[in-house]
Amino acid sequence: MSDTLRVLIYILIMILVTNGIRVLPITLIRKPIKNRFVRSFLYYVPYVTLAVMTFPAIMEATQSPIAGLAALVLGILAAFFGLGLLPVSIICCVVVFLIELFI
Amino acid sequence: MKEKSAFLKGMRDGFPIGLGYFAVSFSLGIIAKKGGLTPIIGFFSSLFVRASAGEYAGYTSIATHASYWELVIITVIANARYLLMNCALSQKFSSATGIVKRILVGACCTDEIFGISIAWPGYLKPAYTFGATAIAGPMWALGTALGIVAGGTLPVRAVSALSVALYGMFLAIIVPPSKKDKAVAIAVAASFALSYLFSILPVVKTISAGTRTIILTIVIAAVAAILKPVPDLPEDGGDVNE
Repeated sequence: MSDTLRVLIYILIMILVTNGIRVLPITLIRKPIKNRFVRSFLYYVPYVTLAVMTFPAIMEATQSPIAGLAALVLGILAAFFGLGLLPVSIICCVVVFLIELFI
Repeated sequence: MKEKSAFLKGMRDGFPIGLGYFAVSFSLGIIAKKGGLTPIIGFFSSLFVRASAGEYAGYTSIATHASYWELVIITVIANARYLLMNCALSQKFSSATGIVKRILVGACCTDEIFGISIAWPGYLKPAYTFGATAIAGPMWALGTALGIVAGGTLPVRAVSALSVALYGMFLAIIVPPSKKDKAVAIAVAASFALSYLFSILPVVKTISAGTRTIILTIVIAAVAAILKPVPDLPEDGGDVNE
């Protein structure tokens, strides 16, 4: 089998499996859930999952962990004072750039 | 809000996501190259998959000549969090939203697109999610293709700075609701703490980041749901997430 064909099969598997996982719950759950525990659980899921993915990963993404930590603290402050997606992202990037410039 | 303006708002919010994507998918392109992907194949592969951890695992599997079944299993594990996310997203639809739009929204779900879609006030307008994906998706794909072409030429300093853009967005999504609801703030703080502990303690630190995310999400959200459940649905079944 040619290498290109092999790569294409791999990629087709990735596309089908990844999107299959995404679509499955959406097609299975079509009605509002009444169960209070399940609703409460799903209410917390997005915030918990994003928080778990942010820390400590933000410290591992940068060259220096300190720069990542500083980006986390300043990003939280910026968001706390009402800044939106883009400004908070830019602040985090600038913080990392400046700190890594000096260490 | 009209469909068109929701789409435009999605495009606007999708742009910073796309910027962050670009940096991540650029580095992904460098790995994809090792698997033998051409820039064109890399572009379409990234456009239709749109999963950072999932693609990382996938391209590494291609490079190491893993079996097809191994690739299926690793893809399921790396993306299992989308099962949870889309369970939550399934509750954001108004009953008027048809199945085709629901499926398309589901397929659009990435960590970031999910984050902004779940933050939409009230029932989700699918056009918002589509607008964000229409901008961020191609930027993600383009980053991968350029990473395959030019991998390694972008200064390390620039990659390092760009790589926190995604986390900045996550913070902008989780901080405002933490301000409004103390239970969310405590759940977020507990998530930070436990996630950190899981990355340094012996034994548990060998768990992959994707699996750690799933385990901690289930445990922390379940504990929060038991300790501080959301109010019961009103009789007319209004939206409680607002």
